[in-house]
Amino acid sequence: MDVEILARIQFAFTIAFHYIYPPLSIGLGLVMVFLEGAYLRTGDKAYEQLARFWTRIFAVTFGIGVATGIVMEFEFGTNWATYSRYVGDIFGSALAAEGIFAFALESGFLGILLFGWNRVSPRVHFIATIGVWLGSMFSAVWIVVANSWQQTPAGYHIVGEGINARAEITDFWAMVFNPSSVDRLLHVWVGAFLAGAFLVLSVHAYYILKNRHVELSKRAFKIALGIAIVSSLAQVVIGHSSAEGVAHNQPAKLAAMEGHFDTLAPAHMYAIGWVDKENQEVTGIGLPGGLSFLLHGDFKEPVMGLNAFPEDERPGAVNAIFQFYHIMIAIGMILIALSLYAGWLWWRGKLFDKPWLLWIFVWAVILPQVANQTGWFAAEMGRQPWVVYGLLRTSDALSKAVTANQVLFSLILFFIIYALLLALFLYMMNKKIQHGPTVDAKLIEHRPQQEGMSNTWKQK
Amino acid sequence: MATFLGLDYPTLWFLVVGGIFSGYAILDGFDLGAGAWHLFLKKEKSRRIALNAVGPVWDGNEVWLVIGGGALFAGFPILYATLFSSMYIPFMLFLAFLIFRAVSIEFRSKEEMKWWKKTWDITYSVSSVMLSILLGVVLGNVLQGFEIGENYEFVGNWLNFINPYAIILGFTTLALFMMHGALYLTMKTEGRLFDKLRLLLRRSIIFFILMFALTTIYTLLYVPALSDRFKELPFLFIFPVLTFLSIANIPRLVSKERYRTAFLFSALTVSFSLILVAIELYPVLIPSTVDPIYDLTIYNAAASEKSLGIMLTIAAIGAPLVLSYTAFVFWTFRGKVKLDETSY
Repeated sequence: MDVEILARIQFAFTIAFHYIYPPLSIGLGLVMVFLEGAYLRTGDKAYEQLARFWTRIFAVTFGIGVATGIVMEFEFGTNWATYSRYVGDIFGSALAAEGIFAFALESGFLGILLFGWNRVSPRVHFIATIGVWLGSMFSAVWIVVANSWQQTPAGYHIVGEGINARAEITDFWAMVFNPSSVDRLLHVWVGAFLAGAFLVLSVHAYYILKNRHVELSKRAFKIALGIAIVSSLAQVVIGHSSAEGVAHNQPAKLAAMEGHFDTLAPAHMYAIGWVDKENQEVTGIGLPGGLSFLLHGDFKEPVMGLNAFPEDERPGAVNAIFQFYHIMIAIGMILIALSLYAGWLWWRGKLFDKPWLLWIFVWAVILPQVANQTGWFAAEMGRQPWVVYGLLRTSDALSKAVTANQVLFSLILFFIIYALLLALFLYMMNKKIQHGPTVDAKLIEHRPQQEGMSNTWKQK
Repeated sequence: MATFLGLDYPTLWFLVVGGIFSGYAILDGFDLGAGAWHLFLKKEKSRRIALNAVGPVWDGNEVWLVIGGGALFAGFPILYATLFSSMYIPFMLFLAFLIFRAVSIEFRSKEEMKWWKKTWDITYSVSSVMLSILLGVVLGNVLQGFEIGENYEFVGNWLNFINPYAIILGFTTLALFMMHGALYLTMKTEGRLFDKLRLLLRRSIIFFILMFALTTIYTLLYVPALSDRFKELPFLFIFPVLTFLSIANIPRLVSKERYRTAFLFSALTVSFSLILVAIELYPVLIPSTVDPIYDLTIYNAAASEKSLGIMLTIAAIGAPLVLSYTAFVFWTFRGKVKLDETSY
């Protein structure tokens, strides 16, 4: 195999594996902020038990997230040297900002979050929890800004020619607020909230079904359900806005997402389907002219199709992009249906009466994960053959000095290590979940300044 | 060319990157050193205390490397591309060991089985040793330069990173970190473990002084270009002199049992060593052994002035923040290690 294929497989593999964890950290961080906040307000130790329990789970997801995150930063230099030279002037400031503002914040306070329970007062601990959560939110900002710049470059000019061409920054804020960054950042954040909320829903649904920690679980379930309802609905608005942006900025990507080839025809919107790239046909169920309507408010209006682009400027894997995109949308709809139905039952006071629904929630943890992954695959494969849209081709972005054998070696290395990591992750999660939150009840008594803290709140 | 305090932007960014890597070496240096000693501690309780001495801080320390990598990418993208693609295998191994170290710390104490703990103890210690050596190996290659050709592409053999100077520097780095880590552990322990660490500390000081002497002699004999700068500007000799004094001060303070001050001086030694590296190289970043016209310098490898200006602003805002919460975390976990239910 050639270097390009191997390097692409390696990047896709390492980043897809990495992306299991940061969304969980962001989402669980939000839940932990709610739980500790609830504890500080009410002084009710049940919330602290929950906060401690979820902090222990968070430690595992965060640890693996950090360990697998540095890999991509290094891969830019090792496998994608030409790309690094090309975008370094622009990409670099986003990465540097990520390191300084986000990683240092979250990793600095992580020590206090995990080990500081008996060392600092509950309020300082709460601040540390917020610090870690904000750090994880910020890290999404800068990395999404950098990736969005690759989708919709702005605030730059090109210096040099041929092999020495580089993008140089001309306007920092135009780079940061490039046309797609805000939509995509919100999309990523809310996707992460869903990943975290559905993990909490899954674990506590399981406890309720097994008749363990029932009272604690009901409280946590409701907090997570609240986050899930708001997030799944918000995702519709954000997703729509994001799709409009793609239509405007990267029409070839949108055309691939819906399998639309003919520029003179109205574009359909499919629920499911299969793209036959040879014959330029889509077999599936959907709304004829739906995409035209969504973009132009008219079912008959033509939409720019793949054929409007030269052969070598179209994404290749049209059917894969189509499938990934539609899996994401379908899951989004399922998540809305699930959370709204559960919300309705909650309102009727019957939330925990239906075991079959709780079983669905136990397994639904996998859905936001799949949606996050497929969404990114659609976004990144839809940008091909460009690594920086319209400027730099993926095939030109490689390291010239690196051979296929070197890339193959590191690919196998990461494959083995990540298989081990995944096994460890699942094993530890299972162990911690089986262990449950209750053991902490005794230990919480050790905490310094505890009584003083809840009293001051009551006096207010 | 825009300047600030009389220094042009690439020079300023060179100092920023140097400062970050110096911070990384001081902070993660003691984690790696403590990890390298891990298997020398035999009792389960001693190992747990040593592990928890770095427990709450190692992750924050490792982040300095992420920031350093980002700073290098941001300020000197051409260097980043050339260095990482030329040193492909060392960097990939570095990543693998970095993951193994993180996982070992995280999972070691999660099960009671003997084989479980033993396995993670070994991976933790081996990873720490290998990470220290690999850092030195990359530094050794940067100092003596490697085969950089046209368009700043590596034209040498992928195995060339293994050479005598790189290996000497690898072990010197390991020795420095082991001394630094032993000092850190003596500050964090008490009782019989403390006595044991004092013994290990003495050995590590001897190991380091021998390695440092070897590096100095080898550099003067076989990599003479590195001492040119000192011949041009004799007042710079103050830095090697300060480095020697700082090193000599460590055994003196240890014999007086002033471990905290000794730790400070081993941190200073780390800094001074990197200052020597910076003086020897500046303004070159990596010399080309093919032809000096292909040398990577802070000027031909730098990002645009506009970009450097933005990043200097980011660094100026970010640095006080990072330093203040780093200080806060270390202050929170000051004193001897006490194991509790949240410990590793």
